Amino acid sequence: MGSLIFYLRKLIKIFRSEVLVLPSRVAVMLFFLFIILFPIIFPDPYYYRVIVLASIFAILAASWDLLSGFTGQMNFGHALFFGVGAYTSAMLNLNLKIPPIASIPLGAVAAVMAGLIIGIPCLRLRGTYLALTTLSFPIILVGMIFAFPGFTGGELGVSGLSRLADSYIGNYYIVTITMLVLVTVMWKITDSNIGIILHAVREDEIAVRTSGVNTTRYKLLAFSLSGFFAGISGGLYAHYMRVAGPSTLEVNTSFLVVIYAIFGGIATIYGPVGAVFVLIPLLEFLRFLEHVRIPDQILSIMPDLLGKFLVKFVEILPNTRMFIFAFFILMILLFMPDGLLPWLRDKVETQCPRCKVRNISRRQTCRICTADLH
Amino acid sequence: MIHDIKVLDIIISGLISGSTYAILALGFSLIFGVARIVNIAHTAFYMLAAYVIYSATYKMGIHPIVAMIIAIIVITFLGIICYKFLIEPIREREAAVLIATIALAMVFQESMLLGFGGHYLSVQPLIKGYLAIMGVKIMWQQLLTIIIAVVTLGAVWTWLSKTRTGLAIRSTAQDREVANLMGMDEGKIAVITMGVSVALAAFTGAVVVPLTVLNPFMWLHPLVMMMAAVVLGGMGSLKGSFVGAYILGFTEALVVFLLPGGAYLKVSVALFIMVLVLVIRPEGLYGVYFEEER
Repeated sequence: MGSLIFYLRKLIKIFRSEVLVLPSRVAVMLFFLFIILFPIIFPDPYYYRVIVLASIFAILAASWDLLSGFTGQMNFGHALFFGVGAYTSAMLNLNLKIPPIASIPLGAVAAVMAGLIIGIPCLRLRGTYLALTTLSFPIILVGMIFAFPGFTGGELGVSGLSRLADSYIGNYYIVTITMLVLVTVMWKITDSNIGIILHAVREDEIAVRTSGVNTTRYKLLAFSLSGFFAGISGGLYAHYMRVAGPSTLEVNTSFLVVIYAIFGGIATIYGPVGAVFVLIPLLEFLRFLEHVRIPDQILSIMPDLLGKFLVKFVEILPNTRMFIFAFFILMILLFMPDGLLPWLRDKVETQCPRCKVRNISRRQTCRICTADLH
Repeated sequence: MIHDIKVLDIIISGLISGSTYAILALGFSLIFGVARIVNIAHTAFYMLAAYVIYSATYKMGIHPIVAMIIAIIVITFLGIICYKFLIEPIREREAAVLIATIALAMVFQESMLLGFGGHYLSVQPLIKGYLAIMGVKIMWQQLLTIIIAVVTLGAVWTWLSKTRTGLAIRSTAQDREVANLMGMDEGKIAVITMGVSVALAAFTGAVVVPLTVLNPFMWLHPLVMMMAAVVLGGMGSLKGSFVGAYILGFTEALVVFLLPGGAYLKVSVALFIMVLVLVIRPEGLYGVYFEEER
């Protein structure tokens, strides 16, 4: 009993001195709590769906960040991993009756294979060459899918998969917990020695090579890890939507992933996740435009022409969703070119000039080495 | 005779798509070379120009040729404005520029979707009728398009290699810092290049519009093929882009006319060839391996 209280006190002490001191850590904790408690706060299947889709794309965007953000190997064809994961798990599930719990990891393994197959030739390429070459792989695959509809379902895709779980809540928790675990794993990977090497590859590959590190091996590792996580998100998507269609491989999917990741801030992992959880609910929220109506009283007191214009304007409003989305991204980027989350983080935290530990920005002295912060 | 028909069809279709990709790729690699901007919105300008022509000829009743000139001028100004206000402030951050251009393309696509709807539209050819060679119908518009495209390519080529501005653009593309030291205003050259690049995209749109159908998503396919052409030919090499564009154009035409289900496979095969070339020659056909950017 005494030892239990001892460990509890120790835990509380760690919690107070490590988590509560930094706003970003508190934010991460609140995010975890929010995701876990969400079904209690908003018990509505529609809201579950938004969060589930956001979680799936959060894994995808974070996996893009793991590859492209950290190693600087710009991958414009991330939809390849997503699509291969989705199609493989869908076909395994449908043809061999493998349950989702096994078919999703198998799909991820297939995505890793795809990553290795394209990674080995692509590693000889640099920068923009690599970006534009990777862009082409999902398009090649889409062409194949359309050309051989007997096997792949063509335009309609593979449908009729088994569900992840029988209830909305079950679906919700399976996807969100997977997301939280995978994102934490990715965060840990990028925090480890591997992450440091990957980061160094982006900054100066030659310097890393001269330090005796086999950069090709690490780049391939990044390709496979990223492919694995993206493949899992693809499998989850296929089983959640119960269909794997060619839309998973579209150029748009690849571009959206890049948008999420850069919008949130690259080489951070938490950035892309945060960006997805800002942008996807924003897109859903913009659906309220469908219900905007102008009250008749206001219309009656307006000049006729202006009234007509307003009515017309409200009619086309629902279709402006993607327009507003893209415009919002453009505007945010103009003011926060490093991404949304790093910008916010720099507002509330400052780095100690002496010991490089982060501090809340209202502190005058560093919390570790007491150096002057300003 | 069926054999001959296919040969002529393949040549015409390959020349048209090859020239389209070549002009687009030229503009794309110009702005990439000078300002290191991967302009995803490049073909979105091409799509916009097509829509401007459509609305000018059908909604306002302007003569098609005047409409083309208007379209090119309007789109060029739009391109320069977008560059000045959206891209130049964040030019130091490559990643931010990248998604800024993606978002810009999406903005254009969505505004056209709002203004014209998602259905297919078409524009009448400038010259009606066709020429019959060995029983194959070749529309005058197709011939005109090929001739205009080749003339434009030649004109831009001459401009780049003979004039002082062209020299400035080429030298900035080779080494930005040294060009700056030699007294070239790098910012101004970037604006000029952006203008020329967008004008070329708009011009392509203007030339091609009678031969294709308009829809707000028409920018995606040329975007992919244009990028593939640039990479295949080798970045930084204008000659390479031309060769790459024509290789891809003819591959597409061959696949469409000779393979069953070719319409689906044409992009796959063309891109597959690009990947094969890159595996053998990572710097592209005519590319030179640049040292690391300083």
